[in-house]
Amino acid sequence: MSVILVFLLVIAGISAWWLAHQRLMSKPWLEQGSLTATAYTAAPGMPTAKFGLGVFLAVVGSLFALFASAYFIRMASLDWQAPPLPRVLWVNTGILVLSSVALHLGVSASRRDALSSMRLALVAGGLCTLAFLAGQLVAWRELSASGYWLRSNPANSFFYLLTGMHGLHIIGGLVALGRTTARAWTAESGDRVRLSVELCAMYWHFLLLVWLALFVLLAGWVNDFLAIGH
Amino acid sequence: MVDVTSGAVDIVPPAEVPDVELYHPRSWWTTYVFSQDAKVIAIQYAGTAIAIGLVALVLSWLMRLQLGFPGTFSFITPEAYYQFITMHGMIMVIYLLTALFLGGFGNYLIPLMVGARDMVFPYVNMLSYWIYLLAVLILTASFFAPGGPTGAGWTLYPPQAILTGTPGGQSWGIILMLVSLILFIIGFTMGGLNYVVTVLQGRTRGMSLMRMPLTVWGIFTATVLALLAFPALFVACVMMLLDRLIGTSFFMPALIEAGQQLQYGGGSPILFQHLFWFFGHPEVYIVALPAFGIVSDLISTHARKNIFGYRMMVWAIVAIGALSFIVWAHHMYVSGMHPWFGYFFATTTLIIAIPTAIKVYNWVLTLWRGNIHLRTPMLFALAFIVTFINGGLTGLFLGNVVVDVPLSDTMFVVAHFHMVMGVAPILVIFGAIYHWYPKITGRLLNEGMGQFHFWITFIGAYAIFFPMHYVGLVGVPRRYPELGDAAFIPASVQDLNAFITVAALIVGFAQIVFLFNLAWSLRHGREAGDNPWRATSLEWQTPTTPPPHGNWGKDVPVVYRWAYDYSVPGAPEDFIAQNDPGPQTAAGATA
Repeated sequence: MSVILVFLLVIAGISAWWLAHQRLMSKPWLEQGSLTATAYTAAPGMPTAKFGLGVFLAVVGSLFALFASAYFIRMASLDWQAPPLPRVLWVNTGILVLSSVALHLGVSASRRDALSSMRLALVAGGLCTLAFLAGQLVAWRELSASGYWLRSNPANSFFYLLTGMHGLHIIGGLVALGRTTARAWTAESGDRVRLSVELCAMYWHFLLLVWLALFVLLAGWVNDFLAIGH
Repeated sequence: MVDVTSGAVDIVPPAEVPDVELYHPRSWWTTYVFSQDAKVIAIQYAGTAIAIGLVALVLSWLMRLQLGFPGTFSFITPEAYYQFITMHGMIMVIYLLTALFLGGFGNYLIPLMVGARDMVFPYVNMLSYWIYLLAVLILTASFFAPGGPTGAGWTLYPPQAILTGTPGGQSWGIILMLVSLILFIIGFTMGGLNYVVTVLQGRTRGMSLMRMPLTVWGIFTATVLALLAFPALFVACVMMLLDRLIGTSFFMPALIEAGQQLQYGGGSPILFQHLFWFFGHPEVYIVALPAFGIVSDLISTHARKNIFGYRMMVWAIVAIGALSFIVWAHHMYVSGMHPWFGYFFATTTLIIAIPTAIKVYNWVLTLWRGNIHLRTPMLFALAFIVTFINGGLTGLFLGNVVVDVPLSDTMFVVAHFHMVMGVAPILVIFGAIYHWYPKITGRLLNEGMGQFHFWITFIGAYAIFFPMHYVGLVGVPRRYPELGDAAFIPASVQDLNAFITVAALIVGFAQIVFLFNLAWSLRHGREAGDNPWRATSLEWQTPTTPPPHGNWGKDVPVVYRWAYDYSVPGAPEDFIAQNDPGPQTAAGATA
C-alpha cells in the first residue's frame, strides 16, 4: 500500500500548505466585519470548472495509485510472470505525447484567438488519441496472439486491467474533446471555448502522466531499480 | 471586539465569484423530478436512502427473530440468514448512512450554509442522484435474482464471496452487488466533487473558512475522505468482478472445491482485505464527521451558547480525517499480518482517540451552564454524545491487539460498531431531521410524537446493544445463525438474545411514529416561520421558508461574523445572525 500512501502524503502536503494560508489560527469569535482582507475562494481567479477538474484528477490519481499498490502486493506472489512488453507501446507513448502537445498548442492558439489553428489542434489531438487507443488494441492483440491471455497469469491480468482502465478514462476524455471541438467549429471567438480547451489539455496532460507511470510499472523498470537498490 | 476591516464595515468587497447563472426549470418534470436544484436533489437522496434503509431494518428484524427464537421460523435458513446479514450491513453503511449524510444533508445544507445559490455543478449533481438511484435499484434487484442476494458478509471477503457454497457466490447475487457498488462510487464522486468545490469556491462574501458552521466542516472533510477512499473499494470491486466473471486470480488462491481443482491460483485474499479496509476505515469517519459537525450545531443552538473551542473543533475534524487513512489494518489483526504492523496500527488507532476526545470534551463544555432547551433535536444530540462515548470506549478495547484477538469475531464487535457507527449517527440523523424539517417544509414536527419517538429509540437502542456486549464477552461468535449446544455458552445467553429481539422489534415499530410524524406535520404541523430555533447560521436567514430555487431572492447574504454568536452580552437578542452587520453599522458609527 506504499504507493497510495505516498500519493496521499502528497495530497496531504498540498492540503496542509493550502490550509496554512486560510487563517486557521484566527479567532472568529473576536472578529466581526466583512473580512475584506481574506479570499473567499480557495483559488482566487481560477474558474470553478478548472478547480473542479483539479479535484477530480486527484480522485483519478488516487484510483491509479491504488491499482499500482495492488499491483505491487500481488507481484510478490510466486506465480507472477510478467509478459513481454509489446514494442508497439513505445509508438503509442509517442502518439499520446503528440496528442498532449497538440492540445497544448490548441490552448495557446485559443489565447491568441487564432480560431483555425485552434480547430486544427483540437482535431489533431483527437486523431492522435484515437490512434493511441487503436495502438493499445494492437498491443492487446499482440499479447493474446502469443498466448498471454488475460487469465493465464496475474501479470497479464494486470496488464489488461491497467491499460483498459486508462483507455476508459481516455474515452471519457474524448467525449469532452468531441463536444469542445464541435463548439469550436461554431464559436466566433477563441474566448468562448478557451476554458473548455484548457480543461481538455489539463486532462490530457494528466492522463499522459498516468500513462508514463503505468508504462514504467508494466515494463518492470521499477523492479530493476529496486533490485539495484538492494 | 476586534474589527477586522479598517474602514467602514458596510463597504462590501466585490464578489470574487460572479453571481451564478441559475438554471431555470421549465416544467413540472424538471422542477421536481429531473431537478438540478440541490434542495430537491437532497430530498430525493434522503427519500431513497430512508426507503432502502427501511428494507435493511426489516432484514435486521428477521436476523433477530432467528437469533432470539432459533428454529421457529422455517423460512430463515442459514443461507437466508447470511443474505440478511450481508444486505443489512451494506445497505446501512453505504446506501443509507453515506448517502443520507452526504447526498441528503450535504446537498441541502452546504449551499444554504455557505450562502450560495446552488451547487457549483448542478447538472453533475443531478446525475449523481440518478446514478445512486440506479445503484440502489440494482442492489434491490438482487433480492429477486435467481439464487437471491449475496451472502458473503458485508465485507465480501474472497475467496468465499465467489464460491458455490456462499449464497449468490456463483449466481447473480455477488455480481449485482459489485456492479451496484461500482455505480454508487461513480455517482458519489459526481456529488462529492460538488460538495467540495462548492465549499471551496462558492462561499459568499465574508464567509471565511473559520466562519463556517461545523456542520459544513464535517460534511466537507468527510467528502474529501470519501473521494480519496472510495477508489479503494472501486479497485477491489473491479478486480473481484474480473475474478468472478473472467476467472482471473487477483484475490483467488488455488482451491479445491468438492474434490475438484478450481481454475484459480496464487491470488491474495489479504490484498482484498487491505483494499477493502483502506476504504472501510475512512468510511467510519465519512459517517462520523458529518455527525460530529451537525451535533455541534444542534448543541450550540439548543443550549444558546457558543460552541466551546471552535478552532479546536475544526482542527480536530481535520486531524481525524488525516489520521483515518493510517488505521485501516486494525480491522485485520487476526488476518495473519506481521506483528509489527499490528503494533503500528494499534498505536495510530489509539492516537485518533485524542482529537475525538477533544470533541467530546468540547461538546460537554458547550453544555456547561448553557440555557439548555430539551426539545427533540437536543435530546437526540445529547443521546448521541452518551452513545458515542460508549461505543468509543469499547473501541479502545478492540484497538489493542491483545484484547482484540480473543474478542475478534464475537458479538462484542457487533455491539461495538453498532453503538459507535450505527446508533450514534442514526441519532444525529433523527436530531438533524427534527432540527431542519421546519426549514425544509415550513412546519415543525409534532413535539409529543417526537419525544415519544426519542425515548423509545434511545432506551430501546441500549436495550438491544448493551446486553450484546455481554453476549460477546462470553464468547458467542458473530455471523452464526444458530449456536447449538456449545459448552461455553450458558443458557442465559438465550434469554438475553430473546430479550434483545423483543427490544429490536419494539424500536423498529416505534419508527412508524416518526414516519407518521413526517407525513402528518407536512399538513398539520405548527407553522415554523423563517427561524423557529432562533439560530444564527445562514440557512435560517432566507427571505422565505422553504427557501425557493436560488435560495436568497435578489441578493446573496454577506457574512459579518461566525456562526455561534449566542447569548452575546449586551446584544438585544440572545443570538446574532451571521449576516447581521451588528450595532456599529446600524448606528452609522464605524470603526
